Amino acid sequence: MIIKRTTDIPSSEITDPLVFRERRKIIKAMFAAMAAGAGIAPATANNNQSVWTSLPKGDFSAEFLTPTPAQLIKNYTNYYEFAFNKKDPTNLAQKLRTDLWSVEISGEVEKPGRYYLEDILRQQTLQEHVYRFRCVEAWSMVVPWVGFSLGSLLKTVKPLSTANFVKFTAVHQPEAMPKQLNDAMLEWPYVEALRMDEAMHPLAILAVGMYGDILPKQNGAPLRLVVPWKYGFKSIKAIVKIELLKRAPSTTWNKFAPNEYGFYSNVNPSVAHPRWSQNSERQLGSGFFTPRRQTELFNGYGEQVASMYGNMDLRHFF
Amino acid sequence: MVLRINNLRSLTLAGCLMPLLWLFIDIAFDNLGSNPIQALHIRLGDWSLRFLCLTLAITPIQTITKWRGMTDYRQIFGLYAFFYATLHVLAYLLVDHAMIWRMVGIDVIESPYIWFGLPAYIIILLLALTSPKRAKKRMGKTWKKLHRFIYIASVAAIVHYFWQLKGNLAEPLFYSIIVFLLLSFRILVWVKSRQLIRMMIPTGRRVLSVAEKQGAMPEVIRKRR
Repeated sequence: MIIKRTTDIPSSEITDPLVFRERRKIIKAMFAAMAAGAGIAPATANNNQSVWTSLPKGDFSAEFLTPTPAQLIKNYTNYYEFAFNKKDPTNLAQKLRTDLWSVEISGEVEKPGRYYLEDILRQQTLQEHVYRFRCVEAWSMVVPWVGFSLGSLLKTVKPLSTANFVKFTAVHQPEAMPKQLNDAMLEWPYVEALRMDEAMHPLAILAVGMYGDILPKQNGAPLRLVVPWKYGFKSIKAIVKIELLKRAPSTTWNKFAPNEYGFYSNVNPSVAHPRWSQNSERQLGSGFFTPRRQTELFNGYGEQVASMYGNMDLRHFF
Repeated sequence: MVLRINNLRSLTLAGCLMPLLWLFIDIAFDNLGSNPIQALHIRLGDWSLRFLCLTLAITPIQTITKWRGMTDYRQIFGLYAFFYATLHVLAYLLVDHAMIWRMVGIDVIESPYIWFGLPAYIIILLLALTSPKRAKKRMGKTWKKLHRFIYIASVAAIVHYFWQLKGNLAEPLFYSIIVFLLLSFRILVWVKSRQLIRMMIPTGRRVLSVAEKQGAMPEVIRKRR
């Protein structure tokens, strides 16, 4: 890996003071919204003013796709810390404390430390990314995320050449999360991981919002991973720790059922889950009697990501 | 008395349609959540399984309470289990897969949970077809043998339920306990009746030896020996 010297910053990377001031405004608005949103049910927190209006589009944002209506995305989440169904997290997640959020970044990096989300956002460029989202349960949606590049954040802490994997750990808040309190089903806190090249891929983002607004708590506020070419469970919510490691860590679903949920979990219609087919998906928002969508290899992002898995047997490394 | 029973019967017949009415209301008022097609599908499957459990519950209830004339209701519940299972299958084919048969084919081949649902449906289809009294008369002893396949159907339906879930195993667990209890009642009855057969209507030499041991052999028989 080429490590750039920080002394020669190209002029293109210097933040326009106007943009910088805009960012300050955004951050302020974000925290105001977080404070206001705390403890309020999603139905009442329905303010019409979005935090981010007209953000620049990410390079791979699919503008030709119609985003799934926000109400559907907000009321259909797999958030096992709160409930094992998809409806209850909508209300239960409002108890999660997301103020003064910080992320510990450690492991094989030059600059480990605890970074406040506010400070991270000050450094990163927020963009809108309209991405497909495909759940391992064979349903899908299109989400207009607001986020920044994961690779760009990792670069700021200067990964060492020994860093081969990136491990993400989600928040442990048993007082707010009933299934953590009862130690139910999965091993808590939730853990996910990516290979280093996957994490550095420009498609991989950390999201802080959707639909131009702060991320709803049930959708992973305040900070979640989005890796659109993988099944949804890889896109871990409410991240508090990022570790760069030499060896692959064990991840939550993989540990729970290794033959069903692989480490890679790339969307692949021709590799069925041991109990159900992955050939097609039901798109949220599509009506009765409308056909299911034919699932695409790498969820349609093959052009961007296929080269990372060039000589791998995807049936074996599912 | 006859009138009252008939009233109860028609009340039951109508009551069993309530889940469908409720479903239509939820569809009309968009109450099925973000994934209404899946919700509809699960709802129909759930009701089919509930009626299957009710059907299986009739015989134990009849045995324990010694109430008579409940076989009629067993037939009604069984047919409703078939009715909701048929809607469940139709929802899968028409509402979800929109009759794209290639996709249906791949889905059935690649989804082991369907390998349990399909035979369960075929069994209760056969049971529904042979449900009329005329069929029962014509089939004689085979009717009872065929209708015992409901035990296999209920176990297959439970596996079908479990096998398509990622989390939230509480509900299928609830139904599997119910089915387990209802089936173990049959096993208990079967074991008991075998014991009774051994004790009550023993044949041949065993009778004599037992009677001899107990010193209860009638005088006449003893003399003949």
